[in-house]
Amino acid sequence: MGRALAVIIWILTLLSVSLFFVDKWWFPTAISSHAAALDRQFLITIIVVGVSFTAAQVGLGYMVWKYREDADRSRATYTHGSSKLEVIWTVVTAIIFIGLAVMGQSVWASLRFNDAPPGSYQVEVVGQQFQWNFHYPGTDKVFGRTEPNLIDDSALNFIGLDEADPNAKDDAVHTVLAIPAGRPVELLLRSKDVIHNIWVPQLRFKQDMVPGMVIRVHFTANTPGKYELACAELCGQLHFQMKSYLLVLPDDELGALTALPQDQFQTRMTELLAKYKLPAQN
Amino acid sequence: MSGETHEAVHRHPAPTGFIRKYIFSLDHKVIGIQYIMLALVAVLVGMTMSVLMRMNLSWPGTNWPILGTLFPGGAPDGMMTPEFYLSLVTMHGTIMVFFVLTTAPQGGFGNYFLPIQIGAEDMAFPVLNMLSFWVTLVGFIVILSAIFFSGADSTVGPIGGWTGYAPLSALPNAGPGQGMGMDLWIISIAIFCVGSLLGALNFITTLLNMRTRGMSLMRMPLTCWAWFTTAVLALLSFPVLLGGGILLLLDRLAGTSFFIPGGLYLSGILSGTDERFPLHTGGSPILWQHLFWFFGHPEVYIAILPGMGATSHILSTFARKPVFGYRAMVFAIFAIGLLGFFVWGHHMFISGMSPYSAMTFSILTLSIGVPSAVKTFNWLGTLWGGRIRFTTAMLFAIGFVSLFVAGGITGLVLGQTSLDLPMHDTYFVTAHFHLVMGVASIFGMFAATYFWFPKMCGRLMNESLGKFHFWITFIGVYCIFVPMHTMGIVGMPRRFAQFTEYEYLKTLHPLVVFVSIAAIATVLAQIVFYFNLVWSIFKGKRAGENPWDATTLEWTTASPPPHDNFAGHLPVVYRGPYEFAVPGAANDFVMQTEPEVILQAVGSGREGTSGNGHDGHRH
Amino acid sequence: MATTVTGTKTIKKGKSPVGGQRFPGGNGGGSRGRNGHDGDMSHFESSANRYRIGMWVALAAILMMFTALTSAYIVRAASSNDWRPIAMPQILLLSTALIVASSGTLEMARRKLKEAFEVSYHRWLLMTTALGVAFVGSQLLAWRQLVGQGVYVGSNPHSSFFYLLTATHGVHLLGGLIALAYLRLRTRRTERDGQALAKRHAVADAVTLYWHFMDGLWIYLFLLLFFWK
Repeated sequence: MGRALAVIIWILTLLSVSLFFVDKWWFPTAISSHAAALDRQFLITIIVVGVSFTAAQVGLGYMVWKYREDADRSRATYTHGSSKLEVIWTVVTAIIFIGLAVMGQSVWASLRFNDAPPGSYQVEVVGQQFQWNFHYPGTDKVFGRTEPNLIDDSALNFIGLDEADPNAKDDAVHTVLAIPAGRPVELLLRSKDVIHNIWVPQLRFKQDMVPGMVIRVHFTANTPGKYELACAELCGQLHFQMKSYLLVLPDDELGALTALPQDQFQTRMTELLAKYKLPAQN
Repeated sequence: MSGETHEAVHRHPAPTGFIRKYIFSLDHKVIGIQYIMLALVAVLVGMTMSVLMRMNLSWPGTNWPILGTLFPGGAPDGMMTPEFYLSLVTMHGTIMVFFVLTTAPQGGFGNYFLPIQIGAEDMAFPVLNMLSFWVTLVGFIVILSAIFFSGADSTVGPIGGWTGYAPLSALPNAGPGQGMGMDLWIISIAIFCVGSLLGALNFITTLLNMRTRGMSLMRMPLTCWAWFTTAVLALLSFPVLLGGGILLLLDRLAGTSFFIPGGLYLSGILSGTDERFPLHTGGSPILWQHLFWFFGHPEVYIAILPGMGATSHILSTFARKPVFGYRAMVFAIFAIGLLGFFVWGHHMFISGMSPYSAMTFSILTLSIGVPSAVKTFNWLGTLWGGRIRFTTAMLFAIGFVSLFVAGGITGLVLGQTSLDLPMHDTYFVTAHFHLVMGVASIFGMFAATYFWFPKMCGRLMNESLGKFHFWITFIGVYCIFVPMHTMGIVGMPRRFAQFTEYEYLKTLHPLVVFVSIAAIATVLAQIVFYFNLVWSIFKGKRAGENPWDATTLEWTTASPPPHDNFAGHLPVVYRGPYEFAVPGAANDFVMQTEPEVILQAVGSGREGTSGNGHDGHRH
Repeated sequence: MATTVTGTKTIKKGKSPVGGQRFPGGNGGGSRGRNGHDGDMSHFESSANRYRIGMWVALAAILMMFTALTSAYIVRAASSNDWRPIAMPQILLLSTALIVASSGTLEMARRKLKEAFEVSYHRWLLMTTALGVAFVGSQLLAWRQLVGQGVYVGSNPHSSFFYLLTATHGVHLLGGLIALAYLRLRTRRTERDGQALAKRHAVADAVTLYWHFMDGLWIYLFLLLFFWK
């Protein structure tokens, strides 16, 4: 029984670890500036995890194999432990674990401890149950005023944009997020009902959108293309359908798009969505 | 076990009527069994729900005529609606966390064995103990009824996940699943809090006040330390959830705005402009998350600590060897309990909380891995040099160690602020907590069941069926939960009713189907366990007082123990709980109640200790 | 190696090989171990202690709940600009005086019980109960005053917290009144038996502790609601 258990533990360990080597079941190719450092940190962590996991399971299997009840020994070893060992493994794990935690902060700090660089491309994101609204400031780079009591979904004013505000003249609102490639982007995240979460796997980026708050986040996307954008916080019945696309466009293409008046903006966006293809599967 | 050292105790007369004896019983043993039976029912409900969820995820759009018959509202014509799926997610999580993982390890086994293991004749407050069970049962009935009361739109139960994030859960008009079912969900949890608090109060007082002569703290079995720490965690965390629950209920029913901010716009109505959506201003949704997770994180340890205790206890017993590093184990339990109160923020890295707090929480979170690793090393140390007897209980205890490592180690990924960006709310998280707080805890309880069943029922469980149950379950849970990690890495989000909408998830479909098949097989294997349980009550081999040659106090009394546990006397304790393989002793175990170690004669005594050349006695 | 002497067992006297203390009890023994042979009274005392321990443990839980509500109060007050403090209903000063007085009378009752002055004890206990009921009445009057001014639970966050905190405290205080009644019930006969005496003293201590805690808690809530800035 001991040998069988050891072998099963080892086989399960081997299969578990090998699953993480299947290329097509790994991260989708990253497109953001911070992703390289993040993916490296993930790789280091997952190697530490894999090695610790394997070592513990191999060790467990070894104990089970070696110390099964047999006729050779009539008694187990009588020991209550070893203070030296306790100190060693406490210190070693503390160094590794806390070291990992500290290492992991650098990517975090680069994204969250500072404001977006000046001149970042700004988009306001307003989540609502099962729909995304992206508010583009237009050529004046100033957002038109929005007001909750101007919201009228039936009139397609989803974010309550005040048409009377001069800054709103060149604004556009669309369900797809278009951002420039290679330039820092700042998103102003809001929600008009419950908590949503903006997530693009290729960006390695995720942030809750909390009603009553404006959360500012920033990142830089580098590879032009079309990517799927999902809501990652349970927001109700059709949460799984709250989907949109992220379009990362060359700067000039995006400039041309945002200069368009609202109605042409819509048609151009549709064309762009058709032009770009989703990335191929790993 | 000499009679003259026993201390006379005041004997409670055993009740005679059926109702006082088995229903409204004050006996901690009967109450413990009632808790275990509640958990056995609740886990069936929870498992059934998980199978339904897996069916929907793997074979979307399939007609299951039987579903249509059972849930005409949730699965019209046998096709599951997204809201039905989400209410299953919510109910599965809530039932499993509260009514299985909190009741069975603590209310069940803790209630039954804590007083016996410290040599007490009952809990400190038997009436409160009885109330604690009945209150919990009411909570369970309320949560079950939540499935059936969700308003006219024929949804099934509340939608909010087990975390019930506001304002989704705070707004009755936020869609199907936020109606009456959500009220009942909150009320059920509030009731459960009260029941748990009564239990925790009892555990702590009993352990502090009622230890028998000689049972110093450091002579207690590790199970008692685990139950005690669990009770402390419950005592300090459930009141916070109760407070939060009251605030949430007031937001829903009394028009307050604790968690609901102003200017919300839902299904065409702006807050305050219509009687269907009263005015709310200024509330903080993140406040709910803080209150919930201040409770929610310790709750994770409430679920697993008793399993850790049982595992230590059982590993030592069947390795025939003292627990390696008893003191370190006690400190580790304490460290886990203490740190458990300072890491709740790691559930909220991307919630809009200050990034600096997130960093602090992250570092504290990874330090909680240290005592967990210490426990693992000590379990391996306990097995090292042992003479392992592979009973079913031992198999499950070893399985616990394996699964605890498998599930716990990925906390290194999730506890890091930056890695939480891709990993948060994906199946990686689902895999992590299911393995560590779900399956590992359940393995601890399986081990406890096979180990203590003979004490509770006087008969042994069938070992062949038990081993079959172990093999399928052990392999099964690896097959279910390890692939979920890779799903998470690819980016599969939690709480999606379907994955068909997203191109990048299509590559995962074979894994999704594989996991569902593994889940169904594993769930079916549990029928063997239930059968074994019932069959063994009537037909199992008779167990004596001490079928496992174990050392602690529960094995010094009859199986099952009499009404006052030790038949009119309290035992006296002379030594630590895990004196196995004592050099020179006649048996390879020395009970806690033996005043003197009975030695072997000289010739055989030497043989006993020189088995593999280890000197043994080291500190 | 075959054992040839299986039948013979010797009992080793002196230090046990196990390494732990050979004698039970010692300095870290279970509570019964410490006191079990020091005479009956202390054994009863130790067993009755569970009421005191249990009460401290229960108070820890209640304290946690009010800590949670307090942190919610502070966060909520800071998180928005809709915080409009309500004017303090003057009758709350009376409430405060009543509950402080009731703490004093219950303390007197507890001491009289220990000194076995039963008549005096019952008088103080009755007075405490009356003051407790008066406190609850005074709190209800404060609510009525606010309702008269049109201030309801949902009116603004401060009024929500006012009703919530006073109601939660009030429910706990009603529990205290039940505890007083229970104490009265347990002490209705003169008792001579040592065990029963130890137990009733412990119960009286526990109830008094709870009541003092409710007193302190009210003063704290009062300061939080109307003087915290």
